[in-house]
Amino acid sequence: MGMKTRKKLTNWFLNLLTALVGLAWASVIIWGFVVSFRPESEPLGRGDVWFGHSVTFANYLKAWSLAPFGVYYRNTIVIVGMILAAQMVTITLAGFAFAHYKFWGKRGIFFFLLLQLMIPAAALLVPNFSTIRHLGLFDTVFAVALPYLGSAFGTFLMRQAFLEVPSDLVDAGIIDGCSWWQLLRHIYLPPSIPTLVAFALSSITWHWNEFLWPLVVTLTNRSRPLTIGLVRFTQLGEIGARWPLLAAATITVIAPLFLAFLLFQRQFMQSFLHSGLK
Amino acid sequence: MSISTKVLSGSGRKNPILPYLLVLPTMIIVLMFTAWPTLSSLYMSFFRQYLNIAKFRHPTFVGLRNYKELLTDSTFHQVLWNTLIYVVGTVPTSIVLAFLFALLVNRAVKGIGLARLSFFYPTILPMVSAATIWMFFFTPDYGLFNSALRTIGYRGPQNWTGNPHLALLAVMIVAVWKNAGYLMIFYLAGLQGLPTSVFEAADIDGAGWWKKLWAITFPLLRRTTLFVSTIAIIDAFQVIDHIFVLTQGGPSGSSTVLLYYLWQVRFEDQNVGLSSALTVVLIIIMLSITIANFLLSEREGE
Repeated sequence: MGMKTRKKLTNWFLNLLTALVGLAWASVIIWGFVVSFRPESEPLGRGDVWFGHSVTFANYLKAWSLAPFGVYYRNTIVIVGMILAAQMVTITLAGFAFAHYKFWGKRGIFFFLLLQLMIPAAALLVPNFSTIRHLGLFDTVFAVALPYLGSAFGTFLMRQAFLEVPSDLVDAGIIDGCSWWQLLRHIYLPPSIPTLVAFALSSITWHWNEFLWPLVVTLTNRSRPLTIGLVRFTQLGEIGARWPLLAAATITVIAPLFLAFLLFQRQFMQSFLHSGLK
Repeated sequence: MSISTKVLSGSGRKNPILPYLLVLPTMIIVLMFTAWPTLSSLYMSFFRQYLNIAKFRHPTFVGLRNYKELLTDSTFHQVLWNTLIYVVGTVPTSIVLAFLFALLVNRAVKGIGLARLSFFYPTILPMVSAATIWMFFFTPDYGLFNSALRTIGYRGPQNWTGNPHLALLAVMIVAVWKNAGYLMIFYLAGLQGLPTSVFEAADIDGAGWWKKLWAITFPLLRRTTLFVSTIAIIDAFQVIDHIFVLTQGGPSGSSTVLLYYLWQVRFEDQNVGLSSALTVVLIIIMLSITIANFLLSEREGE
């Protein structure tokens, strides 16, 4: 066998392997999507777990009538929005302080913030739950958002981005008599927007998907986000193994973020690449 | 003060209160939700407090009793064992797959973007949604996972999530499926950053594909592997959402890992003291991983 044929054969094999494993990986979302449109009158059975004879939206309507997904949506959007808005402000300001100013205790404060990276919030579930109770915030959307309103990781990212801004530019701004706010707004921030966007994407994803913390601090539908709503839905007695219904509920929870991801794949991957330690 | 001295003395970079005000919000959050809870759980771990038993509603000091209880508690031993299996089973598997996926999708072939997408998309799905669909995959008889296994000849037990010998493996499979694509992007970035000149030199020396992988690619990606290992290990300890959907830690505790157990002890048993001791154990594990990573990457940097 010649070198060329061998190379061709290897490539062909690698392509096949990629396609097969890729398909296996993707089968989860593909199955969920396909079955969510399958009529409930056609139960799944061996060898027949994909397409039905017709396509229907009935599962979505049924799922939405069995559980208040609209309310869950509102709660998730409020939680994610609240965290995002607060983080954009807090990480920009703190990042700016670390990048621009010289002040006493800077290193100490920096290491103190590092704590948030070293001890993940999930481990502190129990004491943080007590704090929320003591603050009287139990079962509110604010309780779900509160621990995340400041981000050490975001602060470090912004500091890093701000440090890349040439100091000549900053000094010129100082000579022109810019206030700190003008320096931040017109000199530091414009070139750092991509970093801010990257952080925002992973923050949105992370908090849209979060489960354990909201499970602990929410009790009723007035504060439950989509993830909690979905798990409660799967545990409803009347749902059992009604897969088309479960699939519709699952797709409901996934849809907005997944669509955004399909549209902005590259940005999402970049964002996750830069937010290794959440 | 003249303009130039203003710049040179750095007055524009000094302010007596402003920088503190700017970092204050972030500091308050870290203080309230990281520093304080770490100390308070250490403190509460020395007390006995059950919220569901009237007699023990109020905390009483018991010294190290909660820790002693953990040492002798056979449930905790099983949980530790499960956690060890979970971490040792999922982390290296995810990393090896991540590396292989990165090699596969780092080729200039038509449609490779679609493959990249297929491997990566689990990252952005909520774990509970993914687990809901996996619940179907694991369904006995007609579940897709079983159908796939049947085509390659497996005829063994089918009830994955309900079988005490398979439940832990089932939740591990979902974790690997979810994580491999996420870790892949770090290797992909690493591969794309490798200097092509080294490979060209190796080609001239007549080095084969395997030799190049082993002697060049691997060593050059050591830092990536260290980084990827750290995030994979930390994630393995803290991502347990799918257990709530798939097995609830069962059957008979066979798929209960540390964080899930912590949740159970606090919110099902209402045992505040023991759950605080477990929190301390978890914090120590997390800190050790971060510090180990730090020391190793320092050494790598030399």
